Amino acid sequence: MAARLAQRPGPRASLVIRDVRVLDPVAGIDEVRDLVVRDGVVGGSPDGLDEIDGSGLVAVPGFVDPHVHLRVPGREDLETVATGSLAGAAGGFVAIVAMPNTKPVVDNAAIIESLLEQAATDAVIPTGFYAAITRGQKGAELTEHAELAQLGAVGFSDDGFPVSDASVMRRALQYQRMVGLPLVLHEEDARLSAGGVAHEGPVASRLGLAGIPAVSEAVAVARDAALAAFEDGRIHICHVSAAATVDEVRAAKARGVSITAEVSPHHLALTDEAVASLDPSRHKMNPPLRAESDRQALIAALIDGTIDCVATDHAPHAADEKEVPFEEAPFGVIGLETAFAACHTHLVRTGLMPLELLVRRMGADAARVVDLPQPSLADGSPADIALIDLDAPVVVGGDGHRSKSSNSAFAGDELFGRIRLTIAAGQIAWRDT
Amino acid sequence: MRSKTVVDADQVRRTIARIAHEIVERHADPSTLALVGIHTRGVPLAKRLADLIEEFAGERPALGTVDIALYRDDVGLNARGALPVVGDTDLEFDIGGRAVVLVDDVLFTGRTIRAAIDAVFDYGRPRMVQLAVLVDRGHRELPIRPDYVGKNLPTARTERVRVRLAEIDGADEVILDPVPEEA
Amino acid sequence: MARRRSLISVTDLSRDDIERVLALGDRFAEVMDRDLKKVPTLRGRTVINLFVEASTRTATSFELAGKRLSADVVNVKGSGSSMDKGETLKDTVITLSSYLPDVIVIRHASAGACRLAQRHSDAAIVNAGDGKGEHPTQTLLDLYTIRREVGPLDGLHIAFVGDVAHSRVARSGAVGFALMGAKVSFIGPPTLIPRDAGRAFGVDVSHDVRDIADADIVYVLRMQLERMGPGGFVPSLREYAATFGINHARLREGQRVMHAGPVNRGVEISGELADDPLALIERQAANGMVVRMAVLYDLLAAPAGAVELGQALGAVA
Repeated sequence: MAARLAQRPGPRASLVIRDVRVLDPVAGIDEVRDLVVRDGVVGGSPDGLDEIDGSGLVAVPGFVDPHVHLRVPGREDLETVATGSLAGAAGGFVAIVAMPNTKPVVDNAAIIESLLEQAATDAVIPTGFYAAITRGQKGAELTEHAELAQLGAVGFSDDGFPVSDASVMRRALQYQRMVGLPLVLHEEDARLSAGGVAHEGPVASRLGLAGIPAVSEAVAVARDAALAAFEDGRIHICHVSAAATVDEVRAAKARGVSITAEVSPHHLALTDEAVASLDPSRHKMNPPLRAESDRQALIAALIDGTIDCVATDHAPHAADEKEVPFEEAPFGVIGLETAFAACHTHLVRTGLMPLELLVRRMGADAARVVDLPQPSLADGSPADIALIDLDAPVVVGGDGHRSKSSNSAFAGDELFGRIRLTIAAGQIAWRDT
Repeated sequence: MRSKTVVDADQVRRTIARIAHEIVERHADPSTLALVGIHTRGVPLAKRLADLIEEFAGERPALGTVDIALYRDDVGLNARGALPVVGDTDLEFDIGGRAVVLVDDVLFTGRTIRAAIDAVFDYGRPRMVQLAVLVDRGHRELPIRPDYVGKNLPTARTERVRVRLAEIDGADEVILDPVPEEA
Repeated sequence: MARRRSLISVTDLSRDDIERVLALGDRFAEVMDRDLKKVPTLRGRTVINLFVEASTRTATSFELAGKRLSADVVNVKGSGSSMDKGETLKDTVITLSSYLPDVIVIRHASAGACRLAQRHSDAAIVNAGDGKGEHPTQTLLDLYTIRREVGPLDGLHIAFVGDVAHSRVARSGAVGFALMGAKVSFIGPPTLIPRDAGRAFGVDVSHDVRDIADADIVYVLRMQLERMGPGGFVPSLREYAATFGINHARLREGQRVMHAGPVNRGVEISGELADDPLALIERQAANGMVVRMAVLYDLLAAPAGAVELGQALGAVA
């Protein structure tokens, strides 16, 4: 099998971070000491190495994002492998996996090979790619899963669309028994959501916006969990947004279904009240921002593990496309660069969640759901490190975005938690100037 | 310097009566006359004049009101930034062919009167337009002159002349407020 | 040019603001009673009517309102303009704003269009209807009509009947009528009243047309033909007319009827009722123009930049 994540070549890092809080919840490390990286590997003697003053900072295993949109091929004006991976590095990410809903869709060998080649020259951090579940993501015919797996697809997703036909979903699950890769699912009932632009609730009612009901997501998850149980399959649920969905995932896990789930920073931080701004660049996405009760359920689920990890659903859009009336704008917000700061500000600093747990949910747990290597600070591990100044304020967009696009849900907000340094697979990928 | 009353209640009443007499002198048939009070204090003044003319001459002139807000030359330019209130304009009678006497409390730059003339002309074509004011404080910026004046009151430009009338303010008097102190 | 106040949502207005505009409406009604139905007040000011979503009645109402105030009025329609060639709303607003208009009146098919325009223009923006969002001048003319024909709003009960979900008239009206002291309810089929509407607007919701009995005013909402039939929100036109159509038989003595127009005779309202002089429908249409004159005057009578966006000053002390 071909390598599943690709990164451009570069010098292996050698440095020592002095007096830093080394925090790796999985390896059971939480102490203030020096952290050494020699030739891209954690550990060893600090002699003769470049020094970085780590006092007041915390070093954690780098984050992993199993859900980003890099917009290539087709919309290089919005993002490229280079700029998207840089945005990831600036956000403390050491690995990202990109969705295939591009132009053309990543549904055949030639495209995925070409993308992995691009990543091998341009990606600042290890970058992987999903292939589509169905040809063109049309939900009718399966793509060549076995071949695509051979060529290095991390898994399969029709993200952007649900697989509406249950028989097609079932066939994908059956095929999965042979191929063995995750099926990463965008869950909604297309007919229930049709025409909707915001969460179906009092805010949309007041503003006269057509609604996307929470039940659309829950109903789709219920179906796919039942199918996965029936076919002994393994599914990962994208961008959970509603309490009702959390209930379905929890029930499925309790029944023993092999199901994992992710939640985005914007769903953890914001609710449909934000939509009153009628600013689609910041607040229009699918699934939409929902009620406070949904947000609380998502936070609780992330804490108790019903939701396994954080994933940004980083979705670049051009300013022109978003500067239209709310109803007409495309869905999506970027999020790689701000993910940690947003979660840290809204969950950790508010006392809702301990830092160690957030670090797990953004790192090891996110890697686990798509079988990627889990970043670790234990000696001998490849260096996958994010060095963070927890108390440093950041005004989102204040000094631009590393992404090519600027449609951030947190635009203009002050968040806390600056990534000072990111080392990904042993290379320095990001240094805060 | 403090505010001072320059015309007291008694003098106000006598002055208004004198104006009414003068109007009767120059208009033999008050039924062809129309008194039009300019909002705000011109309105009760016009009514008092109409009552007195009826008393003196046995005939009542037509009575109307006009608010010049919609005819001002400074719509949207008022530096104070407050929103003007527009009073009602009520000219039930036919303007055409009548002698119209505009009635106002204070004549100052003449811009209000210019606007009032434009308003009245949008209702019809009067035979003539005259002007009656309780106080003429000078500082004209337009070639407007009153036909009937209660009191000539020379003032400094930044002084303020305040007319109070029983119908609106509870008492009749004319007060002169001094030049505002430097802030 | 400094930024002006705008009227985008009824929530932009306080009760005092509404009182002031209604009083101004009376002044302009006086002008309409004259032979010379024109005042020079807004001479030299420019009003651009940008009607991306077509509308003859509202467009004409705004056009005449501007002209009778002596403003220069330009009408720009969505179709037949460069917007057909793909020019975005944002670019259209920027281009029109370069001509330095004092007011841009906008009607658009999408909620939020006016807020977008406001971000790209210093002109006063007047919302003439944005998708299902709001229609503040309709609410003002409705309030004006109710005041003149029925009485003060305090304590009145006004029931909107019909397709609330798609009605900007109901959205603005629910807020505006309540602000002036009235009680508002929504009556209609469950498929056409959003589930959260009661909570979102603080109104009673009913699916039984007989509940109009308690209302002083029955405000009938237009039932768009596309919303009925296969795949639609109600099974058929006939069933809708039977369950929610308002006619003389359903009303009691003394109840008044309103409708923002245009009317679908025999669907949401019977033809006889639409023609009944006691219905306020024709008064609403007539009052639209004087209320829009009041709105234009009110927005432009204050100097640009003197007022904070979204705030209004009270009357002169």
